[in-house]
Amino acid sequence: MMTLQQQNISDNNFESCIKCTICTVYCPVTAVNPDYPGPKQAGPDGERYRLKKPLFYDEALKYCLNCKRCEVACPNDVRIGDIIQSARIKYGRHRPSLRDSMLADTDTVGTMASAFAPIVNFTLGLKPVKLIMDAVLGIDDHRTFPKYSSLKFETWFRKNAAPSQDKFKRHVAYFHGCYVNYNYPQLGMDFVKVFNAVGIGVRLLDKEKCCGVAKIANRCVKDATRDAEINLRSIREAVGNGCDVMLTSSTCCFTIRDEYSHVLKLDNKDVRDHVSLATRELYRLVDEGKVKLVFRKDFHKRVAYHVPCHMEKLGWGIYSTTLMKMIPGLDLVRLDPHCCGIAGTYGFKKEYYNYSQAIGEPLFRQILSEKLDSVATDCETCKWQIEMSTGLPVENPISLIARALDVEATMKANGVE
Amino acid sequence: MKDAALKQEYDVIVIGGGATGAGTARDCAMRGLKTILIERLDFTAGATGRNHGLLHSGARYAHTDPESASECIKENMILKRIARHCIEETGGLFVSLPEDGLDYHAAFIQDCLKAGIPAEELDPKEAVRVEPSVNPEIIGAVKVPDGSVDPFRLTTANVMAARMNGADIMTYQEVTGFIKDGTRIVGVKLRSHRDGSETEVRGRVTINAAGIWGHRLAELAGVRLNMYPAKGSLLIFGHRINRMVLNRCRKPGDADILVPGDTICVIGTTSTRIPYDQIDNMEVNPEEVDLLLREGVKLSPAMAWTRILRAYAGVRPLVASDDDPTGRSISRGIVCIDHEKRDGVEGFITITGGKLMTYRLMAEEATDMACRKLGVDRKCQTASVPLPGSEDTDDDRKRKSHIIELSTEQKAAGDRHGSLTSKIVSDDDAADALVCECEQVSVGEVNYAIEELHVHNLVNLRRRTRLGMGTCQGELCACRGAGLLERHDKCTQRSLDDLASFLDERWHGMYPVCWGETLVEIQFTSWLYEGVCGLDPSEVKVTENPTQH
Repeated sequence: MMTLQQQNISDNNFESCIKCTICTVYCPVTAVNPDYPGPKQAGPDGERYRLKKPLFYDEALKYCLNCKRCEVACPNDVRIGDIIQSARIKYGRHRPSLRDSMLADTDTVGTMASAFAPIVNFTLGLKPVKLIMDAVLGIDDHRTFPKYSSLKFETWFRKNAAPSQDKFKRHVAYFHGCYVNYNYPQLGMDFVKVFNAVGIGVRLLDKEKCCGVAKIANRCVKDATRDAEINLRSIREAVGNGCDVMLTSSTCCFTIRDEYSHVLKLDNKDVRDHVSLATRELYRLVDEGKVKLVFRKDFHKRVAYHVPCHMEKLGWGIYSTTLMKMIPGLDLVRLDPHCCGIAGTYGFKKEYYNYSQAIGEPLFRQILSEKLDSVATDCETCKWQIEMSTGLPVENPISLIARALDVEATMKANGVE
Repeated sequence: MKDAALKQEYDVIVIGGGATGAGTARDCAMRGLKTILIERLDFTAGATGRNHGLLHSGARYAHTDPESASECIKENMILKRIARHCIEETGGLFVSLPEDGLDYHAAFIQDCLKAGIPAEELDPKEAVRVEPSVNPEIIGAVKVPDGSVDPFRLTTANVMAARMNGADIMTYQEVTGFIKDGTRIVGVKLRSHRDGSETEVRGRVTINAAGIWGHRLAELAGVRLNMYPAKGSLLIFGHRINRMVLNRCRKPGDADILVPGDTICVIGTTSTRIPYDQIDNMEVNPEEVDLLLREGVKLSPAMAWTRILRAYAGVRPLVASDDDPTGRSISRGIVCIDHEKRDGVEGFITITGGKLMTYRLMAEEATDMACRKLGVDRKCQTASVPLPGSEDTDDDRKRKSHIIELSTEQKAAGDRHGSLTSKIVSDDDAADALVCECEQVSVGEVNYAIEELHVHNLVNLRRRTRLGMGTCQGELCACRGAGLLERHDKCTQRSLDDLASFLDERWHGMYPVCWGETLVEIQFTSWLYEGVCGLDPSEVKVTENPTQH
C-alpha cells in the first residue's frame, strides 16, 4: 500500500518550493525595485496562478535580471530563474521591440559594426547620438557602448594562429563568443597565447553563433533556438574529434550548459560536461600536474576579483581566483558577492538603467574603497558595467595570466618547442 | 448579535450555515420575512465546505437518477447567471478507459440529451487535444457543461444577500433545545461556542437546514429523521493539473472525478457508510488515500507526480424520505418535510437531501413551505436576482477592462469577491502588502473580510479569502493573519490560541498525505512556529473541533 504513496513525489520543480523566501532575500532586484514581486512570487508562487489562468501573468516579471542568484540561494534546488524566464517567454504579451531585437542580435549588429568600427565607435560616443538613441530607441544615454574592433577575432585567428596549431598533440575548441569576435579580440589572443604556452592547440568551432543569452533575455526564442542548434551541432562535432570546448565568458558558458536545456528545452546532455570555462580547465590541468605555469618576476598588481552572477551559479569562481593567486606578484582582493546590475542588455535599457546602477552600487562602492590597479572578472558585461561605473580597467583572468606569464619559461616547462 | 435584536420575534429561524441554510435565509429575507440564520460553528463548516466544488451539469446522474439530472442542469444554468463570481465555466469531459468499455458511454449520451443536458461526443484524440492532462489511452469522450463552484464564496454570498435583505446572522451558536408551546415549536435555545453564554430566539417557523446534523436537531424537536451518513474522502493537489472537469464515464464509483478549483484541483471521492456518532470525527485513512491515487491516475496520469497538499473528508446526508426505520427508501433527491403533517409538530420544517448544486432549489422549496405556513404569498426571486459579488456594476466593468494592469493580488481578489472587490482598499502600500503569498491575499482583503464577512478567527478568514489554503498551508500567513485579527479582537491570548488552533487544523489535513514535499513543508512550519517563535503544541487550546473545518 505504501508503494503508491512513496512514488507520489512531485516531478514539478516549482512544487519543491517550501516557501522559505530566502531567494527573495538574495534577489538584487527586490532590494531596489518595489514593483518587482521577487523571485518566490514571480517564480513558484506565480506559476500556480499562471496554470490557473494565463491572465495572471504579471508584466513585472520583466524586471528579473536572470542573474540566478535566487537559484544559488534556494535550499531545495528550485530553478526559480528558469521558471521566470520560461514564463516571460510563454506568457509575455508584448513582442520584443526594435531596440530589444537590436540589442539581442549581437551577431548581425556586431558584423555590421565591425565593418565600420572607427565610424561606429566615434558616433556611438557622441552625446547627440546618445540622446537620440535614448529618445528614439530607449537606450539610456548614460550608458557607454563597448567599442567595436575593425579586426574580427576569427579573421585574426585564421591569419595568425591557425597555421601553427597543428604542431600540438592536444587541442581544445574555443567558443570565443560575440564579445571577443566583434569587440575585444585581445582576450581571444590571450587565450590562444596561454593555451599554446602550456602545449595545447586551439581550434575554432566549424560554425559559431551567438550563445543566445541576449536573445533569451529579450524573448527572441525562435532565433535563440536556431542559433543554439547550430552551436550544439558544432560542439558535438568538436567533442567527437576529441576537443573539449573552452570559453572565456562565464555567461556564454552557463547559457550553453544550462539555459539550452532548461529554457530552450534542447537536449545537450551528451556535450554538457565537455563545455567548460578556460580558467576551470587551466586550474584542473595545473592541479593534476599536467601543465605548469611560470610567471614573470616583474609583474606587480593589486587586483580585485568580481564573481559574475552566472559564475556564482556555475559555482566556478574558485577556479579563477585560485589561478590568479598562483601569480606571485598579484595582490588579490576578494569582493563581497554582489550583482553588478547590468545583466547583459538589461542595463542598456532606459527603463531599467536606474535599477541597474542601484543594484551595482554596493559593488562599485567597495571597489572604489580599495586601492586597486584593476578589477578582474570572467564576464564581459560585468566588465562594461564596472568600467563605466568605477572608472577602473577591468580584465578577464585569462588576460591577466597572459600578461603575467613568462611565456618562454612556461613553454620550456611544458616541453613546447 | 445585539440583545435588542434577540428580543423580537422572527418569522423564520433557519438553522444551519451551509449553502442550503444560507440560501434559505436569503430566500426568506428576499420574500420579506423577518429572518435569522443560526450556525453552530462557522458557515460551510459541514458538508458544504467538504466536497468537490463541482458545478454538476447533471450528466453524472443522467443514467441513474434522471430527476436529479434535470434539476442539476437547470440549477447549473441559474448559478451561471446569479453566482458568476463563484463559478468557473470550465466544461467537463466524461471519458471511457479501455477497462470501462463503451457500453455505458453509448447509453450515456442519450440519457444526457433526454435530461436536457447538452452532451457532445468527442473523438478521443480531440479530447486529448482540448484537455492534455487526460489519460491518452481513453477510448471515448463526451463533453458536458460541468464547471467548478466555490462553495465558500457561494455560501458567503448567500449570507450577505440575506443580511442585505434584513436578515440577522449568528455564528458559533449551537441549538441546545427547542421552545415549545404545546405541539408548536416557537423558538430555539442557544449556547455560544465562543463564551458559553445561553440565549433564546423566538420564531414562528423554524427550518432545519443542518444537513447530517439535522438528524440530531430533529431528535431535540421530538421528531425522528432517518439519516445515513456516508463519508467521502478527497485529495487536494498543489496546482491545477486539468483545465476541464474530468469524470469517468461509468456508474458512479471511487475517485472518478477530478475538478479544477481556483489554484488547485481535487480528486474524489470514496464512499463509506459510517455510524452516526462518527460524523464529527472525519479522518482520512491510508487505504482511502491509496484508493484515490490508484484510481485517480487512471483519469489523469499527472496525478502520480503532482504534490498533494492535503486530504479531507465530508459527510453526505442520505435521507429516508419517510419514517421507514429500515432506510430502504433512501433518496438522493431533495427532501422537504413538513413536520406538522408528518409528525404533528407545528412550525417545524426540515430541508435536506439534495446536493450543493441544488441548494437554491432546496431553499426555494423550504421557503415556499414556510410562506404557506405564515400565509405569505410572495414569489421566489432567487433564480433571477444576482448574488452580491455577481452584479454587473460600473465599477466591476471598469475593473475587468483594466485587468491586465492589475497586480496579481488584485486579480486574485477579483476572482474571489467579484464586483464586491471594489470594497477592498488597495490604494496604498500597507493595504497592498500580502498576508498570504500562496493565495495572494492582501492586508486590504483580510481587513474587508474581518469587517464585512463575519470573521472571528483564522479558520473563518481562510474560508472567506483562501488564506492558508495554498502550497505552504499557513506557514507564512498564519502569524500575519493572527496579527491582523488581534488588531480587531484586542486579545493577545485569544489570538495565540487561535494561531495554534489554526496550525493544528492545517496539520490535521496534511497528516494523511505527509510525505515528500508536504513533509518537508510541515517540518519547516513546525521549526518556524515551535523552534523560532516558541509556540508550544502541548499548550494548544483547540478552539474548534479540527475535523469540523
